Amino acid sequence: MKLIAAMSGGVDSAVAAARAVEAGHEVIGVHLALSSNPQKYRSGARGCCTIEDSHDARRAADVIGIPFYIWDMAEEFHDGVVENFLSEYADGRTPNPCLRCNEKIKFAAVLDRAKGLGFDGVITGHYAQMQETPLGRVMHRAVDPGKDQSYVLAVLNTEQLAGAHFPLGDTVKDQVRIEAKRRGLYVANKPDSHDICFVPSGDNAGWLRDRLGSEVGSIVDEDGKKLGEHKGAYTYTIGQRRGLGITIPAAGGEPRYVLKIEPKTNTVVVGSHEALAVSKIVGDRPIWCGPEPTINTEHRGFAQVRAHGSPLACTYVQSGTEIKVELDESLFGLAAGQGLVIYDGDRVVGSATVAHTE
Amino acid sequence: MTIYLDHAATAPINDAAIDALNTQMRKLGNASSVHNPGRAVRKDVEDARHKLSELVGANPSEIIFTGSGTEANNLAIKGFFWQAPERNVIVTSAFEHHAILDPVEWLVEHEAAEEIRIPITKAGVIDLDFLKNIVATRGSEIAVISVMHSNNELGSIQPIAEVVKIAGNIPVHTDAVQSFGKVEFNFAKLGVTAATISAHKVGGPLGIAVLILKRGLDLTPILHGGGQEREIRSGTLNAPSIVAFTAAAEFAIANREINFAKIRELRDYFIAGLKKCVPDVTINSISDPALPGIVNATFSGTESDALLLLLDTEGISASAGSACSAGVPRPSHVLVALGLSESDADASLRISIGTTNTKAEIDQVLAVMPSVVERARNAFVVSGLN
Repeated sequence: MKLIAAMSGGVDSAVAAARAVEAGHEVIGVHLALSSNPQKYRSGARGCCTIEDSHDARRAADVIGIPFYIWDMAEEFHDGVVENFLSEYADGRTPNPCLRCNEKIKFAAVLDRAKGLGFDGVITGHYAQMQETPLGRVMHRAVDPGKDQSYVLAVLNTEQLAGAHFPLGDTVKDQVRIEAKRRGLYVANKPDSHDICFVPSGDNAGWLRDRLGSEVGSIVDEDGKKLGEHKGAYTYTIGQRRGLGITIPAAGGEPRYVLKIEPKTNTVVVGSHEALAVSKIVGDRPIWCGPEPTINTEHRGFAQVRAHGSPLACTYVQSGTEIKVELDESLFGLAAGQGLVIYDGDRVVGSATVAHTE
Repeated sequence: MTIYLDHAATAPINDAAIDALNTQMRKLGNASSVHNPGRAVRKDVEDARHKLSELVGANPSEIIFTGSGTEANNLAIKGFFWQAPERNVIVTSAFEHHAILDPVEWLVEHEAAEEIRIPITKAGVIDLDFLKNIVATRGSEIAVISVMHSNNELGSIQPIAEVVKIAGNIPVHTDAVQSFGKVEFNFAKLGVTAATISAHKVGGPLGIAVLILKRGLDLTPILHGGGQEREIRSGTLNAPSIVAFTAAAEFAIANREINFAKIRELRDYFIAGLKKCVPDVTINSISDPALPGIVNATFSGTESDALLLLLDTEGISASAGSACSAGVPRPSHVLVALGLSESDADASLRISIGTTNTKAEIDQVLAVMPSVVERARNAFVVSGLN
């Protein structure tokens, strides 16, 4: 096959590209210039771009022996991911930009461009496994539970999955690093990236405050009684306990948690840990990563609501436009906007965006 | 198989230059040393300087060797600017190379310089009326005027002699990197104050260039440490590259007229073929006089990086605009200055034909062009946000 390897400059995508070459595919390496990351990007007469990472990616491509190009996806990334991230927070929701990037950039804009140019698909260094079944291609968790990225890939529909290749899903990360070293890839020991790529400081709240302002609002209890003030409701997350700055203690002395964020009134509602309990989740924008579950029928499975969260046993029903999940046991703290991913054992069934909870 | 159509980026090194380089590299000695080996190397350098000065129509003492064309351009722009503290305006053209635009921009940001860019006419040459007006109204403020001898993306030769006339006493620098060795270039006849030429564009090695600077003039240096070149440029003289530069230049100029005719014929053949196989192509490099081998073409509804990728997979090396230091393609500022929209500038290619190209190669390129353009258009139509 003729494949585009999306190369970030990290160890995973480099080894993924090398494996694809070894498997006999015709591979071209592409580094995506994505965003105006202020610490990694330089501003000059010719605009902004990643320097160190693109050099690492280019060097890896040279060592592997494949052609290498840079694709400028900064505009698409800004419009499709960064703007969405901001508007979701402004609406009091908690988005996951990695899910969005996979859905709108890596396996949409990039995959579409690759196909237009005559390529068959896109290789990335994501940790997930594909299986071909009589019902088509399905996605499973990676063998390395610590690196499994099936959660952030659960936004890919069957057509996108058909063009996606994840050569690392069967390997643990430590082995990938050893393999990188053996292959002479000097990114073998490059640290993993953890932060949101366009918030390099890791200070999500500060980044949001710089862009959305820091208008003072009220922190209230469930009855609406004012307990304190905050500087921008969107800098809080559901379930947050620390940093609320409330001086009035609760009646029973128990700690308080963020229960709700109301962007229209710029209010943060706090309450007891019990009040965070969620047993029913409704997700909209369902996407199926394989055969679509029968409509309006109860299915058993597992729900996961964070990239490295635990899978929670549940019963779910899908209506075509929504997925309704009833958890066997409550979880504590879930925000609208988070990704809801349904698993059948290790198989990814599909995903939705959390709309509301009970 | 590689069909190399990027001679304006760098040209193949010729045998004369390789021989000169190899011979000189075996010779021991620093040209600034007083002993025998040093003097022997100095003689080689000065012989080369002398020969090169004849080839460019200058005096030997007007040749200042630098490490690159970019360095020579920086030296000219910053040197003239710093030399005239009472003048803070730098006049350039809108389609200069980044080796001119970036040092000017740096001076604007750090040294309170003011930049005035001469606009470009549809024919791809500078607007002389604009320059006349600027010189008439602000002449006493201008530290230097720098206009390229020919444009690297369009090939159009600029009216430098006219610029010199208009400039009067204002120093005029010309970046002649693309012209030297390909079309007539004579420093004294042109009357400019300074000019830049570079070895690797004429079949010489990388890493050696010259700022030709009129005798008796001082420039504030950008490098300090020995003052080897007229106290204007410091650094041990790169004797092997200097003699190889001269050897390459001699060869290029001896064959200039024959090569010009040959390359021009290939260029015309390519353009005629391109118009047949991709009928909606727009040729941007239409001016005359021009360099012999540059074709700049817009394939609307494509992106240049896709065209380049597809050509590369076919073994064909071309180029487009410029890329930033990380390699991200940017729409060509030259084409934007020419009046193209950003999307058309981003859908354009530069093909630069050189002495090593053949008609058979052009035929092979023409054979794949329709499919390359079609695939690039497919990619353009389907990509983007859903």
